[in-house]
Amino acid sequence: MTDDKTLERQATAAPTSAHAIELKGISKAFGPVQANKDISIRVMPGTIHGIIGENGAGKSTLMSILYGFYKADKGEIWINGSKKDIPDSQAAIAAGIGMVFQHFKLVENFTVLENIILGAEDGMMLRPSLAKARRTLVELAADYGLNVDPDALIQDIGVGMQQRVEILKALYRQADILILDEPTGVLTPAEADQLFRILGRLKSEGKTIILITHKLREIMEATDTVSVMRRGEMTATVKTSDTSPAELAELMVGRKVLLQVNKTPSTPGDVVLDVKNLKVIDDKGVERLRGIDLQVRAGEIVGIAGVAGNGQSELLEVLGGYEDGTGEVMLNGQPLDLTGRYSDGQSRRARGVAHVPEDRQREGLIMEYQAWENTAFGYHHDPAYRSGILMNNNAIREDTAEKMERFDVRPPNPKLAAKNFSGGNQQKIVLAREIERNPDLLLIGQPTRGVDIGAIEFIHQQIVALRDQGKAILLVSVELEEILALSDRIAVMFDGRIMGERLPDQTDEKELGLLMAGITDTDAPHDVAEVEANLAHVSGDPHKEV
Amino acid sequence: MDVMPKWAEVVLVPLISLLLAAIISALVILAIGEDPVAAVKLMVAGALGSTYGWGYTLYYATNFMFTGLAVAIAFHARLFNIGGEGQAMLGGLGVAFACLYIPWPHWTLALLGAALMAGLFGAIWAAIPAWLQVKRGSHIVITTIMFNFIAAALLNYMLVNIMRPKGQMDPASAKFPDATHLPTLHELLAPLGIEFSKAAPANVSFLVAIAACFGLWLLIWRTRLGYEIRAYGHSESAAKYAGISPFKITMITMIISGALAGLMATNNVMGEAERLVLNSTEGAGFIGIAVALMGRSHPVGVFIAAILFGFLYQGGAELALWTSIPRELIVVIQALVILFTGALDNMVRMPLERVFLAIRRSRRAGATD
Repeated sequence: MTDDKTLERQATAAPTSAHAIELKGISKAFGPVQANKDISIRVMPGTIHGIIGENGAGKSTLMSILYGFYKADKGEIWINGSKKDIPDSQAAIAAGIGMVFQHFKLVENFTVLENIILGAEDGMMLRPSLAKARRTLVELAADYGLNVDPDALIQDIGVGMQQRVEILKALYRQADILILDEPTGVLTPAEADQLFRILGRLKSEGKTIILITHKLREIMEATDTVSVMRRGEMTATVKTSDTSPAELAELMVGRKVLLQVNKTPSTPGDVVLDVKNLKVIDDKGVERLRGIDLQVRAGEIVGIAGVAGNGQSELLEVLGGYEDGTGEVMLNGQPLDLTGRYSDGQSRRARGVAHVPEDRQREGLIMEYQAWENTAFGYHHDPAYRSGILMNNNAIREDTAEKMERFDVRPPNPKLAAKNFSGGNQQKIVLAREIERNPDLLLIGQPTRGVDIGAIEFIHQQIVALRDQGKAILLVSVELEEILALSDRIAVMFDGRIMGERLPDQTDEKELGLLMAGITDTDAPHDVAEVEANLAHVSGDPHKEV
Repeated sequence: MDVMPKWAEVVLVPLISLLLAAIISALVILAIGEDPVAAVKLMVAGALGSTYGWGYTLYYATNFMFTGLAVAIAFHARLFNIGGEGQAMLGGLGVAFACLYIPWPHWTLALLGAALMAGLFGAIWAAIPAWLQVKRGSHIVITTIMFNFIAAALLNYMLVNIMRPKGQMDPASAKFPDATHLPTLHELLAPLGIEFSKAAPANVSFLVAIAACFGLWLLIWRTRLGYEIRAYGHSESAAKYAGISPFKITMITMIISGALAGLMATNNVMGEAERLVLNSTEGAGFIGIAVALMGRSHPVGVFIAAILFGFLYQGGAELALWTSIPRELIVVIQALVILFTGALDNMVRMPLERVFLAIRRSRRAGATD
């Protein structure tokens, strides 16, 4: 559908303006870290160009340079055949570049229309600007199939819709080049498909799109060409149709990567965790968990699927002992306190519950603490870490060095502050601390968020190995692929409830996606609008950082 | 990765800040028509040139060490205790009770008892705002500063209406008994054959302050409690995850903080005045904030910063005495030091970081070429 138009554009363009974007030899260093090394890239107009790479590969830095957030140490930016100097985002917008950030920049209690003109008002008075924006919005909606209600408040519309507002904001500012940074992180599979349809439409209308993602599947599905970054360098640019996920993964990591998790069928034993009618009411009086029933047996991984903000975080917090709840929770047949003195992290650990929290930087680690201090974190009352009334720092450091070696933490330096490790290695520090305690039950949230592919493989192996030792594991992840790959049983959460349980080999992303949107009648036909409408009614804040 | 080496962070940044404060102070002195070089000479001679001067410098430094440590420990839990002044006043009340109403056989026991009372009174005065913060949500900055006023009023009432001996016009307690007299540095050093000024007020509580510095270092960096306090200060959410109770940490930290501020009374009330007077704290509670800021909340830093501020206090007094530089200007100089070492920290730090970055980069370029 798009090829004619694309070819036409390329043919009519002047020879020098063959590329919508051309970056020549971009380099950028932050202190001793070389974030971008001599990067050159050419993006043809009217195409979707993917940029894929591990965390810390330099994707975001490169795009921030293009959008004027950072200034490159070296290199040139050419837009539509002319050299541009982009010192700030104003200049980027003027050059026709629009950016949709991973975390939306919208004012929650403004309407769609107000958000769209924010910062692009025409004069002192608001009314003429709004009227003009309304007209433009109607045109844009017609041109690109981007339907939104201009008078709806942002807080009342779903995440997919909010993302559409972000795209409209860029188009309203007459962007010809759209950069999307990890756009599907907060979307259900159905919403993601819808987004890719919109991107296809934008492409067919001649827009150029740069899609930054770490998901191989999205690259394969949506892009025309793909550039792979590794450690600040551009390792390859290939036509998407000429490559494969395995090849891309290898280019990203620099070695062969196992994309599948190797695991044998589970042999579940006794019930370790038995949750009945668990409820949590947050500080604002909103019911976050509305009666959860769940069982996890020894030797099985139960995965909780769901869009972020549907109560998964609260479930982990209440089981981890730092959120109050009501209901009945049994661990190995003995009740767990859900409020009061014996409902805290210390008591849980004493009962054999280990917890890898969803947000390792806010909860799992003290970023300023060194690795050895973090290894003791939560277990600092362990007699082995003590000599008299003082902490036995040497004992902790030795223990940490051993754990770092077993979990392949790099660099294996117990005296390095947690903030100086990469995301994957930070996660390994947390995992080593929790898994090496030989718990009966492991709670694990977003085990591989912000973790590079190489480390994902290792982390998944560790989780499966723990299961094979007969431990019970409760896994929460917003990555459906991860849930499907690791779980022996999947429970889908929506709006504080469990919508249903499925076995991974008897379900697919589509069915789970509908359950994630609160639709239990998964056999009937459904469209995206219904999914979105349902998600918009979730009382939780979909942007809640988990 | 840290941009600057540790020595630059710890030594260079405060040193440059101090230098800047000194330069501006010199300009101010010039502006009122005095000679800054002569002023510096006078300050150094007055504060450090004799054992008399040293005696006063160390006396002030002892006060600032206690209050500086009080603020520092609270900083580690990300609590801002600006009630050191009131807690020190209450500590004075505790010392007065201990010294006046208990017959002590020897000064060592008297010091122990007075220190306990001072710590207890200061701790209670800090514990109330702490409790209000965790249970009622009243911000500790607001409550601690308000408690300073309550403390002043309470002290006034106690001295005027209850503790003042009959017939005395002065709002002060009776003089403490001789048995509670703390040995001065003169008395301590004389057996060692070291001549130290008889008139200077520095006394044995200077050694208590040094012990407190060491004790606090041990607490913060070597005990589980210190580990929990620092963890809570860095990240409350992580502390909750680990099972560290915000209530417990806030209460214990503020109790230790208040006790340290209260301990200051062993120096100024018991060691120097030997009776309780109004305004015995002389603003040392507030100087403690500057001392903790400059000392980076580290006990060694607090020790050094306290000596520096002791020097500024004593040197400033000499300056006011011997020149026509008014006493208010001394306050200006002290304020400049606080401003540069505390508030304008980043002004020095950021350019310095850039310098170190450039050095490192050029060195690396040299290595690769």
